[in-house]
Amino acid sequence: MIRRKKQKINNNPFYDPNLKARHTSAKRFKKFTLTSLIFSIAFLGFFLFDIIGKGIPAFHVAYIQVDVTYNEKSLDDTRFAVDKKYRDVVSRAWLRDIPLLVKENPNFMNTTLTTWVLADDQVDQYLKGHNHKLKENEIAFVDELNAQGLIERKFNTIFFTNGDSKIPEYAGLFSAIVGSILTLIITMVVAFPIGVMTAIYLEEFAGDNKFTRFIEININNLAAIPAILFGLLGLAIFINLFGIPRSSPLVGGLTLALMTLPIIIVSSRAALRAVPDSIRQAGYGLGLNKIQVTKDHVLPLAFPGILTGSILGLAHAMGETAPLIIIGMIAFIPDAPSTVTQAATVMPAQLFTWAGMPEGMYIEKTAAGIMVLLTILISLNTIAIYLRKKFEVKW
Amino acid sequence: MNTFESRKKSREFNEKLIKLALISAATISILTTFGILFSILFEAIEFFKLRSFWYFITGTTWSPGVIGSQFGALPIFAGTFVITIIALGVAIPIGLGSAIYMSEYASPKVRDYLKPLLEILAGIPSVVYGFFAAITVAPLVVKAAEMVGLEATFNSALASGIVMGIMIIPTISSLSDDVIRAVPDSQRKAAFGLGMTHGETIKDIVLPSAMPGIISASLLALSKALGETMVVVMAAGLRPNLSWNPLEDMTTVTVTIVNALVGDFEFSSPETLSAFALGLILFIVTLILNMISLSLIRKFKEKYKVNTL
Repeated sequence: MIRRKKQKINNNPFYDPNLKARHTSAKRFKKFTLTSLIFSIAFLGFFLFDIIGKGIPAFHVAYIQVDVTYNEKSLDDTRFAVDKKYRDVVSRAWLRDIPLLVKENPNFMNTTLTTWVLADDQVDQYLKGHNHKLKENEIAFVDELNAQGLIERKFNTIFFTNGDSKIPEYAGLFSAIVGSILTLIITMVVAFPIGVMTAIYLEEFAGDNKFTRFIEININNLAAIPAILFGLLGLAIFINLFGIPRSSPLVGGLTLALMTLPIIIVSSRAALRAVPDSIRQAGYGLGLNKIQVTKDHVLPLAFPGILTGSILGLAHAMGETAPLIIIGMIAFIPDAPSTVTQAATVMPAQLFTWAGMPEGMYIEKTAAGIMVLLTILISLNTIAIYLRKKFEVKW
Repeated sequence: MNTFESRKKSREFNEKLIKLALISAATISILTTFGILFSILFEAIEFFKLRSFWYFITGTTWSPGVIGSQFGALPIFAGTFVITIIALGVAIPIGLGSAIYMSEYASPKVRDYLKPLLEILAGIPSVVYGFFAAITVAPLVVKAAEMVGLEATFNSALASGIVMGIMIIPTISSLSDDVIRAVPDSQRKAAFGLGMTHGETIKDIVLPSAMPGIISASLLALSKALGETMVVVMAAGLRPNLSWNPLEDMTTVTVTIVNALVGDFEFSSPETLSAFALGLILFIVTLILNMISLSLIRKFKEKYKVNTL
């Protein structure tokens, strides 16, 4: 039996003694490619796990039940509003807002109310088991309060309603969100029409000449120029030459518009190209001119694709930080801007500022802010994919 | 008849107007490129009026903000080079491996799930990668170095290089995947017919055919790594350091540009203008890389007559 098999192998003119080794090598190669793919996906998982693990605690923050006295003295120096022993464990920033609270509720005057007061960031970090700077006696005091049930962790609304603050527990994302919205409005108002018009020109009107080819090469290059150089352009031209106020959503929006332009142009061109020529020819056959055909027939059919590309461009602009740092959008902005020429910051720039802070609570808030930002970006991308699927026409 | 002609005339006028608007929109992209070039160029010329160009390219001392400040950018270029090499060392094998698996081995259904997952990596903002590099990866690098008896700083070139590498994986994998799939199937079938294994077919037939596209993707990734800012600003060092040890802190061109422009120097001071000189170098290098990359991919497209890239 064994001998016959051997004979068969020896007589086989196609037998390759290296065949086994070759198959092993092929399998090894396949394993290598699979490993690298798994590594990329595993990294994504590890990354999301890490960020969520760091960010989740920030959505809850410690409050302490304290008697707060509202009178002349405590309005004058808000530290006197709470008993002396509480002064180091409640938030200074919360106390500082007492005059505002009394202004809104005049009947609070000359009363003492038991209130849930925001805890100091160190107390909060201690309760979460992170690094903290509390002293021995403060730890004992906080433990005692905790045992009495006078400390509670509530949902962190401050994170969504406040602007930036030098006091960690009082810092929030609100002014950065408003800044982002204003900046992105400028970006889209500028980039969308210009991008679509460029795409229409290149796809529908321009012939294949040197000028067209030059524009095309240009757009491809523009897409690959490092983001930071757009910041240098914004600084040198928009701020120094045109005199647009530094750090404003206007200059940020214009800079981002130039960066988003290639994305919109490329996707709009693809959408226009996907509209079959028969549509155009039918239009001409009915006596329409080029502009009518483009405006009334080609553009509406290509619009879902154009919209998808623009949303993707918007998502891209939303996460961009480097050029905005150059044009000064990392300023300290406690109050949300109301016009496009006021100083503002955007979400990623705010996260950048917080990430550089030494206090643990800022790090926590950075991770939470990243979760908010990624949620928005993923939603935008999902909307884009949904729109594409819904309005996609198979020709 | 008369009204018809006047209507035709006004329509023709409108057409011309619209066409003009479209052309001027298209011109804006050109204006932007030249705007970037000239705004950087003019300020860089101002800088080279104040300081020697030769010392900028070859000098080894970068000391802005002091009396007798010197602007020798060699340590900055070296730091950029080291971090970029680490990034490409991570991104090219992993990106190419992923691309090969997706295009050659995975079933279309699996591929449909995997590709968007990799694209999420591309959609994550760089500031997020920077935070991850500084807060999570850098301490891990320090710990790992300790375990093998080495000493690493908390803003080591290795940490930012690795994270930057992961960041540019999609740049390589996505384009390489498209290119590998564009290689005609007849080549694979011919190789199978000659008795080659699947692994040999890929290594000896498909990859050499796809090589221009793969090189193009790698050059694009290189240009992206050179210009990447947030990861290095947050995780790499500020100290110009002429060293080959990736466990030390180093700075890059982009970090130096950011630091020069967020400082409190006057706009016409050499400290601020040095950012534009560095920007000019970055612009020229990335532009050349992009040009080569684009021409390689165009040649590939012409050779295999594909329009989907």
